[in-house]
Amino acid sequence: MSGDRERVLGSLRRGLGRGQDATADTAARTAVAQRIDRRQRGPIPARSDLNPAAQVELFETMAREQAATVVHVADPDGVPAAVADYLKAANLPPRVRVAPDPALGALPWDGQPLLEISTGRAAAEDLVSLTGAFAGIAETGTLMLRSGAEHPTTLNFLPDVHIVVLRAADVVGPYEDALDRLRSHESNGGNGGNGAMPRTVNFVTGPSRTADIEQTIQLGAHGPRRLHIILIDETD
Amino acid sequence: MSAADRSFSENARAAVADPQLRRAMHHVKEGFIGKRAKAAARLPEFEVLRDAARDIKDHTLAHLDLYLERYEAQVIERGGQVHWCAGPAEARAAILDICRQAGARTVTKGKSMIGEEIDINAHLEAAGITPVETDLGEYIVQMRHERPSHIIAPAVHLTKDVIEADFRAQHRQFPADRSLSEVPELVDEARQVLRQRFLDADVGITGANFLVAETGSSIIVTNEGNGDLTQILPRVHIVIASLEKVVPTLEDAATILRVLARSATGQEFSTYTTVSTGPKRPDDVDGPEVYHVVLLDNGRSDLLDGPFREILRCIRCGACINHCPVYHTIGGHAYGSVYPGPIGAVLTPALEGIEAAADLPEASSFCGRCEAVCPMRIPLPKLLRHWRERAYDQRVTPGRLRAGIGLWAFFARRPALYGFVTGLAARLLRALGGRGGRLARLPLAGGWTRFRDLPAPEGRTFRSQWAAKKGARS
Ligand code: SF4
Repeated sequence: MSGDRERVLGSLRRGLGRGQDATADTAARTAVAQRIDRRQRGPIPARSDLNPAAQVELFETMAREQAATVVHVADPDGVPAAVADYLKAANLPPRVRVAPDPALGALPWDGQPLLEISTGRAAAEDLVSLTGAFAGIAETGTLMLRSGAEHPTTLNFLPDVHIVVLRAADVVGPYEDALDRLRSHESNGGNGGNGAMPRTVNFVTGPSRTADIEQTIQLGAHGPRRLHIILIDETD
Repeated sequence: MSAADRSFSENARAAVADPQLRRAMHHVKEGFIGKRAKAAARLPEFEVLRDAARDIKDHTLAHLDLYLERYEAQVIERGGQVHWCAGPAEARAAILDICRQAGARTVTKGKSMIGEEIDINAHLEAAGITPVETDLGEYIVQMRHERPSHIIAPAVHLTKDVIEADFRAQHRQFPADRSLSEVPELVDEARQVLRQRFLDADVGITGANFLVAETGSSIIVTNEGNGDLTQILPRVHIVIASLEKVVPTLEDAATILRVLARSATGQEFSTYTTVSTGPKRPDDVDGPEVYHVVLLDNGRSDLLDGPFREILRCIRCGACINHCPVYHTIGGHAYGSVYPGPIGAVLTPALEGIEAAADLPEASSFCGRCEAVCPMRIPLPKLLRHWRERAYDQRVTPGRLRAGIGLWAFFARRPALYGFVTGLAARLLRALGGRGGRLARLPLAGGWTRFRDLPAPEGRTFRSQWAAKKGARS
C-alpha cells in the first residue's frame, strides 16, 4: 500500500507550494516541531479554575448532570461496604468483577463476606465491574481511565454496571491538567517510561446513551446502563 | 434504496410529499437547535474557542504534509501501520487485505462517514465478509438497506413505528407478541442482538474524529460505547480516516472537542471520548493485537491550493445540517450524496467533481444560518457561491437555470432595453392579476405558482422610481 504514500504526499506538497522556497520550507519544519514540543494550551474555560474542594464539587455536579451517581467515603477502607450497599439498593446480585489493581486488591473485602469478588478482564456474563480511575475532570464531570495491566478496558464497556473508585486528590480542573498528569506518569514508569501513550485512554462522562430513535435520549445503548462513582474524600 | 440515481429536484419533490418523513424531520428542529443554543450560551468562552479551533486547523492544513509524516512515524513507533490511499479503490483494497489476512468472517463497525465514502460494506459483502454496523442508527439503516440520512444521526428520517416494524421482521428470535412500541424497548432489543456480534467479530473498524501527530493516536467520540466495543474485543482494529483529521497535539484536540459536542448534540461533552494508540502493550490483558490506519485522500489534497481549503476544517459535527431550512424540508436522502446539507453541498462537488453534483450548490437559500453555527467558522455560503460560479463557467448548471441566467444577462447588459421590457412585463402582469392583484398561474414559473399565488406588481418598476428620485434630488 505504500505505493500511494508518495503520490498523496506529493499532491499535498504541490498544494502547499513546497520545494519552491527553501527558507520557507525550513521555517515550516521548525514551526511544526516547536508546536508539538510546546503543547500549547488553547483558551481554558474559567469554570473549573477553583480550589481543590470546589473542583471536587463541580466534578460531582457535572457527573450527576450526565446521569452518573456519586457517593462519598472517608477513606479507601470504606469502599467495600459502599459497593455492597450500592448493589443491594439497586437489587443486583452481590457479584463483582474487579480490576487487577493492587490498590483495589488491598481493600478490606473480608468485611463483606456476602460479596463475591473475582479479578481480571470483563467477560460477557459479568454484570458489575469495579475499577479505579486515573483522574476526574471537574470541567465536565469526566473520568479519565487509562488502560494497563491494572485496568483492562473491557471492564469499562461490557458490564451493565460500572463502579469507579476515584480519589478526590485525583480530581483536576480542565482536560489539559489531566493530560499533564498522564504524560508525567508515562515518562515516570508507566508503559516502560518512554512517555508513550497507553493503548487506550477513555474519557467517560456518565453512562452509555443514544438518541438515535426520534431524538429521545435512552441510557444503556451498548456500554454500561449505570455509572456509579465512589469518591474517596481523604486527601492524605 | 439508492437516491443517487435520481435527480435532486425529483428527490426533493418526493421528500416534501412524504408524511412519515415530515413527522421524523420535526424531531430534528425540536431536538438539535435548542440544545446547541443552550450549550453555547452556558460556556462564556464558546466564541473564543471557535476562533481557536479554526486557527488550529488553519495552522495544521498549512503544514499538513509535515504533520502527517510525524503522525505516521509515531503510529509505526507504537507498533501500528499506516496505509496511504489515494482513492476509495485503494482504501477498500487495503481493508480487504487486512481482513483476509486475519481470516475475518465478521467485521463490526463503529460509525464512519469515510466508510460510507468508500462504500466499504458492499465490498466486504462481495468478498464473503459480513459487516455489522453497531451504532444504533447505522444498524437500523443497514437493516433497511438504506444510507444514513444525517452524518451524526443516521436514522433521523425514521419514526419509531417504522423501526418497530423492521425489528419485528428481522429479529425473528424474539416472541412475536412482545411489546416493542417504545424507544427503551427498541434500544434494549438492539443491545441484545448486537452484544453477541461484538463478541464474535474478528475485525473491528472505526472512524476517527482526530488523529494526533504528537502521539500517533486516533480519537473517537461516541455516546453509545459501540465504537469502544468495536475496537477492544476483536483481534484487529482498523481505523479509517481522511487526511484532514490530523491535529498537532492532544491539547489541540481538547480545544476542538470543547466545541464539537456542544455544536453537534448540545452536550457538554460526549459520553465517550477514546484515545487509542497502537496495539495492546505486552502487559495489557485486553485490547487488539493489531492496529492499522487506512488514511484516505480522495481528492482532499487537491483542495489545499484554492478557496476550498477551508472546507477541510470541518469536524463533521452536523450543526450546519441541523440548522438548514432546506434540509428540514427535504431530509438527507434527497441530496443523493454521502454528505447531506450545506457541508455536503460544498464537499460533494469537491470529492466527485462539479459535473456530477452541479445540483447540490443550488440547494440553498443563502440564509447564512450554517455559517453562523459552524464551530470551525467555515464560510459555507461563500463556498457554495464559488461552486455555482464554477458550475456556470463549466457549463454544467442545469439547462433551464442556465437559459434563465443567460436571458437575464442579455437584458442586464442593455439598460434601456431592460427598463423597457421590465416596465412592459410589470404592466402586463398587473393586467393579468386583475382586481385581486394575484396570479395563480404563470408560464415558466409553474413550480412556484403550484403552491402559492404570485402577487402582481404594483406601481412602477424599481428602476424608474430610482431614476425619478435621483432626478428630484440632483
Ligand atoms: S461545516 Fe461546520 S457545521 Fe457543518 S459539519 Fe462541518 S464543522 Fe460542522
